[in-house]
Amino acid sequence: MTVVAPELLLNATDVAKHYGAVVALRSASLAVRPGEVHALMGANGAGKSTLVKILTGGVRPDRGTILVRDRPFVARSPAEARRGGVVSVYQEPALIPDLDVRSNLRLTQSPIEATRHWLAELGLPELSLADLVRDLPLASLRIIDLARALAIEPDVLLLDEMTAALPANLTERVLEVVGRQRGTERSVIFISHRMIEIAAVCDRATVLREGETVGVVDVTAGSENRIVALMLGDIASDLPARVAAVAASANRPADVRPRLSARNLSVGTKLSDVSFDLFPGEVLGVVALEGQGQDELFDVLSGSERPSSGEVQVDGAAASFRHPADAIRAGLVYVPADRAEALLMQRSVRENIALPFSTRFGAWGPIDLRSEGQKVDAAIKTLQIDTRAASEVRRLSGGNQQKVTIARWVAGGIRTMLCFDPTRGIDIGTKQQIYALLRDLAAAGTAVLLYTSELKEIQLACDRAIVIFRGRIVAEIPVADADEPTLLRAAYDLKPDAVMPEELAAETMSAEAAGAEAAVADAAVGAVASQAGSGGTQ
Amino acid sequence: MTRPAGASTAGTAGVPRSPSATGRNWRQVIRDQPLIPLIALLAVLVVVLEFASPGIVNANWLGTTLRSAIPLAILAACQTLAMLTGGIDLSVGAVASMAAYLIGTLSPSQGPLVAIVIAVAACAIAGLVNGVGIGVFKVHPLIMTLGMSLVVLGLMSVYQLAMVQQGVHIVDALRFVGSGISFGFLPNSLIVFVPIAVIIVVGLRRTGYGRLLFAIGDNPIAARLAGARVWQVHVALYMLSGILAAIAGMLLSGLNNTATVSLVEQQVLPSVAAAVIGGTSIMGGRGGYAGTIVGALILTVVTTLLNVLEMPEAVKQILFGVIIVVVAAAYTRVSGDS
Amino acid sequence: MTASSAALGSRRTVVTTALAFVRRNGWTVALVGLLVAFLAITKLLQPNYGPAGIQGLAISILPIGFAAVAQAIVVIAGGIDLSVGSIMALASVTSAVLMLNNDDLFGVGVVIFVLLLGLAVGAINGALVVVTKVPDIVVTLAMSFVWAGAALLILNTPGGGAAPWLMAIISGPLGSPWLPKALIVLAVIVAVVWIPLRRSTFGLAMYAIGSSPLAALRSGVPMARSKIVAYALTGFFSALGGLALTATGGVGAPVPGSYTLQSVAAIVLGGVSLAGGRGGVVGPIIAVIILALVRTDLFFAGVDPNWSTAVQGAILIGVVTFGSLVAMRKVRA
Repeated sequence: MTVVAPELLLNATDVAKHYGAVVALRSASLAVRPGEVHALMGANGAGKSTLVKILTGGVRPDRGTILVRDRPFVARSPAEARRGGVVSVYQEPALIPDLDVRSNLRLTQSPIEATRHWLAELGLPELSLADLVRDLPLASLRIIDLARALAIEPDVLLLDEMTAALPANLTERVLEVVGRQRGTERSVIFISHRMIEIAAVCDRATVLREGETVGVVDVTAGSENRIVALMLGDIASDLPARVAAVAASANRPADVRPRLSARNLSVGTKLSDVSFDLFPGEVLGVVALEGQGQDELFDVLSGSERPSSGEVQVDGAAASFRHPADAIRAGLVYVPADRAEALLMQRSVRENIALPFSTRFGAWGPIDLRSEGQKVDAAIKTLQIDTRAASEVRRLSGGNQQKVTIARWVAGGIRTMLCFDPTRGIDIGTKQQIYALLRDLAAAGTAVLLYTSELKEIQLACDRAIVIFRGRIVAEIPVADADEPTLLRAAYDLKPDAVMPEELAAETMSAEAAGAEAAVADAAVGAVASQAGSGGTQ
Repeated sequence: MTRPAGASTAGTAGVPRSPSATGRNWRQVIRDQPLIPLIALLAVLVVVLEFASPGIVNANWLGTTLRSAIPLAILAACQTLAMLTGGIDLSVGAVASMAAYLIGTLSPSQGPLVAIVIAVAACAIAGLVNGVGIGVFKVHPLIMTLGMSLVVLGLMSVYQLAMVQQGVHIVDALRFVGSGISFGFLPNSLIVFVPIAVIIVVGLRRTGYGRLLFAIGDNPIAARLAGARVWQVHVALYMLSGILAAIAGMLLSGLNNTATVSLVEQQVLPSVAAAVIGGTSIMGGRGGYAGTIVGALILTVVTTLLNVLEMPEAVKQILFGVIIVVVAAAYTRVSGDS
Repeated sequence: MTASSAALGSRRTVVTTALAFVRRNGWTVALVGLLVAFLAITKLLQPNYGPAGIQGLAISILPIGFAAVAQAIVVIAGGIDLSVGSIMALASVTSAVLMLNNDDLFGVGVVIFVLLLGLAVGAINGALVVVTKVPDIVVTLAMSFVWAGAALLILNTPGGGAAPWLMAIISGPLGSPWLPKALIVLAVIVAVVWIPLRRSTFGLAMYAIGSSPLAALRSGVPMARSKIVAYALTGFFSALGGLALTATGGVGAPVPGSYTLQSVAAIVLGGVSLAGGRGGVVGPIIAVIILALVRTDLFFAGVDPNWSTAVQGAILIGVVTFGSLVAMRKVRA
């Protein structure tokens, strides 16, 4: 092989890993210089998470060499990875819920004073080490995890979607602290879906596609497009302009009754006074930043939670749901974002799709296997599910799993579908199929309520969009006007003459010392902008 | 004992299985068709038994083996169904004993039919309480059924005191069904067992309720989101378990020609063992009853073998334990690819 | 103004600290209250209840007290051990057989040997759980057959004998007639092992693997070793329970009895979460005493002793149901 360049802090070459017949990593390489913040990029299924697992001691590679400071790096556990110089901050914090913070630090033999120092730097100076971890919010846990990792002073710090669950002010602090690692003896491997963060803090980016390293890019202004192009490869980098051009709402007769109406719905302090109508044959988009009450809205409509006031109407009649079964009987079916919530991982595709057929007490009896088979096969065909690994759903790819959660409802015939971020974490090809399916369903008369974290999807799949901010509907936007800047402004409840969010964000990221308050808002805007951008390119 | 193969993989129709190494195929066979190696193990044990005591394997042996395996298999049905949902029913011993003892004490005064109805009703109520505790109040099944077994045992001890001068009387019909053997090799208890076995084996695959048991064991949140009222499934499950336990208790009292408040207690752990050996995962979502039946047969044959070898009770117990660990470990190795 | 408000503030912090303590140890505090209530009831039912009664109580709870501690440790570490009763039987017969007709010094050696045996047996349980990856409940259920079988091999029927000094250290009071030696023995042994353990990194690791295995792994906790040691400790305390059986009964008891099930009942009542990671050993010991008092009170109240099993089961179900109702309400609020 090639002679290892001495100036590299971490050098992984030709790393491969397969699970049975599935190749997760074909030949990945990653070269990180000292004092560098290095982005690791790749679409879902590109092998990014496998490479991360190898670097953190989660799995062992079949092939390839990894050197850290020119020493062979072999990690069979996170503890060994740490001894080898690689410490990582995971998406789920590695903190023990039933111990207090101090005990967690003792458990990992982390220097307490240094951790305190970094906690203060990261914006949590007030945190009490006596707090039980399970009583703390997720954002604080991630910060504690990061502070602890920084305190250990590893050669390589691996940050996996570090900013995902953070509010804007903490995101800003994290990016600032990460940026400060530049030019030191140590390096950071930075993984994020938010392009704007990559642009703000990273020096170089390694791009993976289909298990191979397809390029290393110097991160400069404008390199985002190149990164995206590398990530996408042959797949068309831009999505079709519109799956179905006709907005149903435009030519809806005036006397059509709404399929589903929310009337002054409130849930505690999370959702207040929300009213809207959802008509048959339309896809109504819901736009909101993280945690603006959309979770509660969908929980209420799907029967998982009861509103503290207000009313849900189905076909004009008041409906009260005490259980998801009630909502399903009223024709409201729910596709959650988290597939682990929806699927029976050890059971077959068929059983997963047929599950709603047998949930009613009246359906406990014998199953008509032939009619079930027909319905299931039809749904599999509609959704184009790859059934090669159909005996256990857990062996399907993420995209196929998501299709199964939708097929379940398509198989029984649907009237109203509530989709909560159905394209989260799946590949672009599957995303397109799901948009097309939503349009087809709407064309057949189904009413669809679609929350999506990718603003681009609104114009692709929806007829109009409502925007929720702090639990209230702040705007209703027809599809023609629902371009990303408009949606983004609305999502922030900004005045029409406000500065474009992208510009705002870009300014903040480059400017080191922005006013605290402005920085808070701007970083958050940046986060959303990048979320919107990650769905595809402009 | 044939098994409707491929019922769960109908979605793959027309799609060729991807070729893979023979080692994988071998593992796949065990994972997808655990019955084949189980039956092979049973056959090996029978051969060993014949070697240990030439001539023992004959029609009469078959009859007595089946006769003692059947009550165990019925108790193991309770465990199989509960384990599919991620639960367990440790109250089957106390509940089955209660059925036997109630019938034994009530039949002289009330007549056998009324006694049986009362006994089954009592067992169903115990199961109902289990189901409500587990399904509605979310009590851990281990704790709930353990507590229930204490309650039932305690109540029966009190009842026993009231009945002490009465003595127990084993209903003739139960003795006939529980211990009789027809044609030299067919235990009469097959009359009861065959319908139960068929209903459970087929029911698990081809009824909505069977699907729900698997679904709840695999992912209760998903089952709920798909519209299942999980508590209903639990209540029905543990009531069913109570009734099955009652049937096993009746058969055992007929077989042993006696009824005490702790008649079945010794069979509780073997019933769990039979389900585990049969390939049902105690974590839920995976398994079936056909394997459990073979598991019960294996345990019965092992017992006979050890008796033939004149092993002390102690060695028998030790071997029992070792078998469970080894078989369970083999399953885990084969099915766990995570 | 400022002074008084500062005083108010400090009082408030005292109150909040106290509240926080109660909130964190709420279950144990409630158990102590329950214990006091049951002692009061006992005194009401039987005005003569005094030192003798307390001593009898202490001796009767000694074996199950150790069993509860044993079970608590493994459950905190995210496992469960259904072979506790069998290990107790094994330890009991081993000690009884070896102590019979031997001198005191030899008896001390026997105690040490039996404790090491408990550690080894527990470690085997743990190693099997770790190596086979079979659920704990299945492995320990199977091993309960094995250890009970081994006990039967050593002693077919109750027999053997206990060293007189062993019986002496748990009978009678120490100092005040209200302080039974058996209770002191239980408290001292548990304190000597548990307090340093809980504060050590290993103790943290045990809570960690029970609370969140993934987070523990990522925190660098040696998973396999921690689990095996937790099981070994459970074996150790089970062996102590077995020695207590020999000491209180005077002979070795080869049949496990219902100690395993009782130990599970006691830890659940004692506030140890079956999901792992939460609880301690004080709660379970108090729970054991409460359960014994219930039996005593029923006896004094003239209730047929046969009711006591049913009542115990009902208490177990009732307490756990109550606990899960509280938890459900909290989630909803």
